[in-house]
Amino acid sequence: MDFGTILSSALASALGPTAIVYALAAIGLNVHFGYTGLLNFGQAGFMAVGGFGLAVCVVTYDLPFLVGILIALLATVVLAIILGVPTLRLRADYLAIATIATAEILRLVFGAVETKDVFGGSNGLSGFGQAFNELNPYDRGIDIGIISYRRGDLWTLTVGWSLVILACLLVWLLMRSPWGRVLRSIREDEDAVRSLGKNVFAYKMQALVLGGVFGGLGGIVLALSQNNIKGSDFSTNVTFYAYTALLIGGAARVLGPVIGAMIFWFLMTGIGSFFSQATGGSDPLIPSDIMTDTQASLVRLILVGLGLMLLMIYRPQGIFGDRKELAIDAR
Amino acid sequence: MRRTTHVLVTAVLALMVLLLPAAAASATEDPSPTPATPSASTPAPADTPPPGAYVGVTLVDSSTEPPTPVPGVTLVVSSADGDEVGEGVTNDDGRAFISIPERGEYTVELDESTLPDDVEFDGSTTRTVNALLEGGNFVQFQIGVAAVDEVPFAEKFMTAFMGGIKFGLIIGLAALGLSLIFGTTKLTNFSHGELITFGAIATYVMNRAFGLPVILAVVAAVVVSAVFGWLQDKFLWRPLRNKGIGIIAMMIVSIGFGIFLRFIFQFSFGGSRRSLSQYVTQKRQDYGFFSLADKEAAIIIVAIVVLTVTCIGLMRTRLGKAMRAVSDNPALSASSGLRVDGVIRAVWILGTALTGLSGALLAINSQVNFQMGFKLLLLVFAAVTLGGLGTIWGALLGSMIIGILYEVGPLFGIPSSIKEVGALVVLILILLVRPQGILGRPERIG
Repeated sequence: MDFGTILSSALASALGPTAIVYALAAIGLNVHFGYTGLLNFGQAGFMAVGGFGLAVCVVTYDLPFLVGILIALLATVVLAIILGVPTLRLRADYLAIATIATAEILRLVFGAVETKDVFGGSNGLSGFGQAFNELNPYDRGIDIGIISYRRGDLWTLTVGWSLVILACLLVWLLMRSPWGRVLRSIREDEDAVRSLGKNVFAYKMQALVLGGVFGGLGGIVLALSQNNIKGSDFSTNVTFYAYTALLIGGAARVLGPVIGAMIFWFLMTGIGSFFSQATGGSDPLIPSDIMTDTQASLVRLILVGLGLMLLMIYRPQGIFGDRKELAIDAR
Repeated sequence: MRRTTHVLVTAVLALMVLLLPAAAASATEDPSPTPATPSASTPAPADTPPPGAYVGVTLVDSSTEPPTPVPGVTLVVSSADGDEVGEGVTNDDGRAFISIPERGEYTVELDESTLPDDVEFDGSTTRTVNALLEGGNFVQFQIGVAAVDEVPFAEKFMTAFMGGIKFGLIIGLAALGLSLIFGTTKLTNFSHGELITFGAIATYVMNRAFGLPVILAVVAAVVVSAVFGWLQDKFLWRPLRNKGIGIIAMMIVSIGFGIFLRFIFQFSFGGSRRSLSQYVTQKRQDYGFFSLADKEAAIIIVAIVVLTVTCIGLMRTRLGKAMRAVSDNPALSASSGLRVDGVIRAVWILGTALTGLSGALLAINSQVNFQMGFKLLLLVFAAVTLGGLGTIWGALLGSMIIGILYEVGPLFGIPSSIKEVGALVVLILILLVRPQGILGRPERIG
């Protein structure tokens, strides 16, 4: 058992591209769920539209990279509006079902054989990150003993964490503004806000769009960090993992989703690495009749499910949240 | 409409594209025919593929039992530009290997005149293969499917329609379970798909591990599911209700529970698809306008009987009345002397048992897999929302519509690889037009 390797791989993952993707997705969910009380279970759909928006523009239609980014973000705005119009007037669980269904539709369409010409089928699209990689100012990777990143990753990390910081800053500024206070009061009591003459629907829509754009940014970072994008990257589990990350850190807190995503991926990778070491090798710690190495890779996913349940039951406010503020059951 | 009983020949053409690197690049442009010869007395030498990239074809006549290989058929491989790349003849194993110069898209054409006389073949003789992947890329598809083209549309429609009814009834059982649980507890249960899988896996375990015949295994699985529902209510949902945890929080708990169960299933059951011991393949019986295998007919009958009995029971019995009372106003029911917790427990037991039966029937219909229920979850949601969340008849009506749409959709242009999409689009549309569902009452949507 090599705890050094476990620790370094867990740390690398907690600070790595995946954590950034989930941090951005969870920041979006924080705007939806934490601040406004909207139950968006289709964040994977927003991420997919962001990532594929960029990839399709650059690869399929040969547009410049920056135009691709703009169109990708615009597409997430459009998706939010299309989703919001029918569902924002309805009860929370309808929004949940409609968003999760939309995310599945998008995932299936993006991954289908029939749309291969546009979205690349099961292999997905790649080769859209050239303009991004050319901007890379680093000439080599970084190695500070316990963790190391390659040159390309380092550039993704720089851009990604800058985006996360900017997003946090924006959320912080917005949520202490009058606009943010309206969102929070919608979460607490929608009817009261309505009776004060606010257009609740419009506020919800703005929150849905804002959070969707953060999700779209997450999808773009995902696409750029792995230099490829395919429909199967955006299963419903992605949304649920992002929720778990958000709830670990604490909803309705600016830094909650970021810390949550880092902790989530620290634990995911750490536990995964622990069990793969415990079952691997010639003399495994856990004999293979109890657990094979295929099964070992599933332990962390079982723990995610268990963790999400226990978190919601015993500490719904997460690490930083305020239980009084987040009386999730507004409706 | 009556068709003559001519032998429907299905030829299975399996295209195996193996791309071996390095050698492919240096391969000459000149087309090298395969080493396979039609009259090879020993299949051994022809079984060795040529060096470099090649297209491997296996030709099997599926009309016989077991399927027999078709030897001596000439296959021509052409590149995307139409240039002929190579030619091969199937050996005694029905195999042929044709070298290709490089990766790319190739067309494989079957020379119909070289087919043996007793093999009937009326499908498309050309197939396109995209040789892109490294390593073994096994593509299998049936040429015989094209022969269905001559089947009248009405008949195709009827077959798909019956498939849709069967599928609708199966998800109807699960949808009724979901709807009952939602109706009394207001919980949108995101772990409901796993309850379907639970029923299927319980059937599999009862059948394969305990050696029960499939029919008894189904009964046992339903009982086990009912117990599972009781345990869930006792140890998870009732404590949460008593703790005063809100509906949205419970919904997220159910997501966690779903993920937990799904990977527990994968942990213990593995990632593969497995079949029960009986009724795996059955010949279809012709019923005039459509044909059904015996097991499909049995599934339809069982589902109809169970659904009818349950619905009539819910409308007539005291429990049904109590459930509707709790559904409308739990506090008032409690103050009228109703044991609300008891009613909810009964609903969990009944709902999980129905859902388990749905999983068991699915296991008989096809195979058992750890995420079979999760894949159906959204269709069940679509069915329940379409019919009206919390209404009993709505769940059934919605399931039938979704089931038929799911199976018939591909006939009207929905790509068959993603036929869920049609049902999910309907779900979104119904929310736009009539969010309370077809049979729902407007006040339910709040």
